[in-house]
Amino acid sequence: MSEQMSNLISVQHLIKVYQMGDVEVHALRGVSLEIFRGEFVAIMGASGSGKSTFMNIIGCLDVPTKGEYILDDIDVSRLDRDALAKIRNEKIGFVFQGFNLLPRTSALENVELPMFYNNVSSKARREKAMEALRVVGLEERWNHMPNQLSGGQQQRVAVARALVNNPSIILADEPTGNLDSRTSVEVMEIFQQLNHQGITIVLVTHEADIAQYAKRNVVFKDGRIKRDFAVEKRRTASEQLATMPAFADEDEEVIELNMTPEAKEQKERMR
Amino acid sequence: MNVLNILKVAMRSLGRNKLRSFLTMLGIIIGVGAVIAMMAVGEGAQYNIQQQIASLGTNVLLVFPGSINQGGIRIGLGSRTSLTPGDLEAIQTQCPSVAAATAQVRTGAQIVFGEQNWGTSVLGANPSYFTIRSWPLSLGQYFTDADVRGATKVCVLGQTVVDNLFQGGNPVGATIRIKKMPFKVVGVLEPKGQSAQGSDQDDIIIAPYTTVQKKLMGVTFLGIIMVSAVSDQAMVDAQNQITELLRVRHKIQPWEDNDFTVRSQTEIANTAQATTQVLTILLASIASISLLVGGIGIMNIMLVSVTERTREIGIRMSIGARSRDILYQFLIEAVVLSMAGGALGVLIGIASSDIISALANWPTLVSPVSVGLAFLFAAAVGIFFGFYPARKAAILNPIDALRYE
Repeated sequence: MSEQMSNLISVQHLIKVYQMGDVEVHALRGVSLEIFRGEFVAIMGASGSGKSTFMNIIGCLDVPTKGEYILDDIDVSRLDRDALAKIRNEKIGFVFQGFNLLPRTSALENVELPMFYNNVSSKARREKAMEALRVVGLEERWNHMPNQLSGGQQQRVAVARALVNNPSIILADEPTGNLDSRTSVEVMEIFQQLNHQGITIVLVTHEADIAQYAKRNVVFKDGRIKRDFAVEKRRTASEQLATMPAFADEDEEVIELNMTPEAKEQKERMR
Repeated sequence: MNVLNILKVAMRSLGRNKLRSFLTMLGIIIGVGAVIAMMAVGEGAQYNIQQQIASLGTNVLLVFPGSINQGGIRIGLGSRTSLTPGDLEAIQTQCPSVAAATAQVRTGAQIVFGEQNWGTSVLGANPSYFTIRSWPLSLGQYFTDADVRGATKVCVLGQTVVDNLFQGGNPVGATIRIKKMPFKVVGVLEPKGQSAQGSDQDDIIIAPYTTVQKKLMGVTFLGIIMVSAVSDQAMVDAQNQITELLRVRHKIQPWEDNDFTVRSQTEIANTAQATTQVLTILLASIASISLLVGGIGIMNIMLVSVTERTREIGIRMSIGARSRDILYQFLIEAVVLSMAGGALGVLIGIASSDIISALANWPTLVSPVSVGLAFLFAAAVGIFFGFYPARKAAILNPIDALRYE
């Protein structure tokens, strides 16, 4: 698997300094890291360790003060705003802690959103979005609004949105931060599945047990990498789910109770 | 993102806040409606004046005693006494481009018939007055040149005078008293309606000018001489011939100003038209201020909208929206608001100008130009006032936008 072993992300001596009034905040003090294709990396650290800043730069939402960042053989550290937007659109899929779905917009349309910005025809857009929803197991709920979905389901829609443009990498920033333990595992199961299919995943978390689902852990402290190691006793989400009590169905009933009559009707029609 | 998609997104986000969108549009609706209605009022007045010019005849010249300065009419025009019956006769006989000429002397008088009385103006003229103004009779006949020479006490009545003195009876042959002097009514004129200046043209008594001069006013000069040229093309010739003739007759030296003025009816009407044009511009500019206020309303709501949707902007940016995608999204939202408002405003404007013309009895004219202008102006207002909020959204930092609570 030579393709899997090639460099996807190469970061050299990354420095990020924020100017907060008169004070200079050194968020990153020289970070070098390589991430290969097909890896599943968990980035850990306390708040203020620089992991979020690192994540923002990796995700092309921010540019480093100094240093080099090569993503998929492109030097993105000096690109302008529009070029960064294009990289985000084509090469990166984001999953956030707060789901960040557009409110009052159906699951399908949320998943379609990235394709609005690279001119995919409406038919292809719909097909690809349905396909992504199928991957996360929500194709039956394509017409539901975010407020008609549970937290875990919303996060799965967000994962589908991240997937839909076939990105080189999925960046997940505390994706389980707003979820209970079972749905956290469900989301991690999807990540493990996707990784198994060859998609590179970088996960930022401060929870040690969530980091155990990744293959490799990188620990940040004070703007530097403190430890970088392969996970020895890796957790497998599907195995753990089997031993956990199922809340999911109950969850759904509660949601159905809270649904408007129209939403219920829609749901019935879709079945 | 293509235009159609942006448009769809804009429509949806406007549809989510229907009341807010409508209230925002209302500013533009009222603005455009007001501009169209006000321009309709002004243009209606202009149209009216054009109609009057046509009805006056385009080949009519007026000779006033007194002179004009460059740039305006001197105070006292018409009050001088320089025009004489001899001038009138000379114009009639010596100017080849003149078809007909009539004197005009005017005075106000109280008219009595039986127990009725009525205050009106008495115009002294020649019979050719009726030809020049193409004013037909509805009853009886005109007075004649012989009446003018003999200064006989005969007169022709306007319809308003007939209505007020005779209450439907036949006035021809009756004797009325003007300033206590008996005048025989020989004819009644057909109604002509309002003049360009809004006065009732039928509220008049016309008598031979010699009679009015001698019996009613006790003067020998003429007020105005009204002349018709042989054709529209002969107007300038007629004007020059009259000027030359009168300068000679009045013994005016080459370095002296005229003591009379020759003007065409068209010139006079043009002055009136220029006045209404100013009125139109004035009305439209007052109305367009409300359009401006509507635009500020759009800007205000768009700013609120950008703030409310900061997170949405962050999400869109994180999944690959460029600055200009965000810019267009908000700009198009503002333009949709203003154009939809503009379209509704056009309807409201047309409806309200109809209402104005019905209620105020004022002619209105909605021209396609004013509709197009108002609509374009509304769209421009949307772009102008939508740009700042849209730009504010577009230059947001994606990280800050995503973290915005």
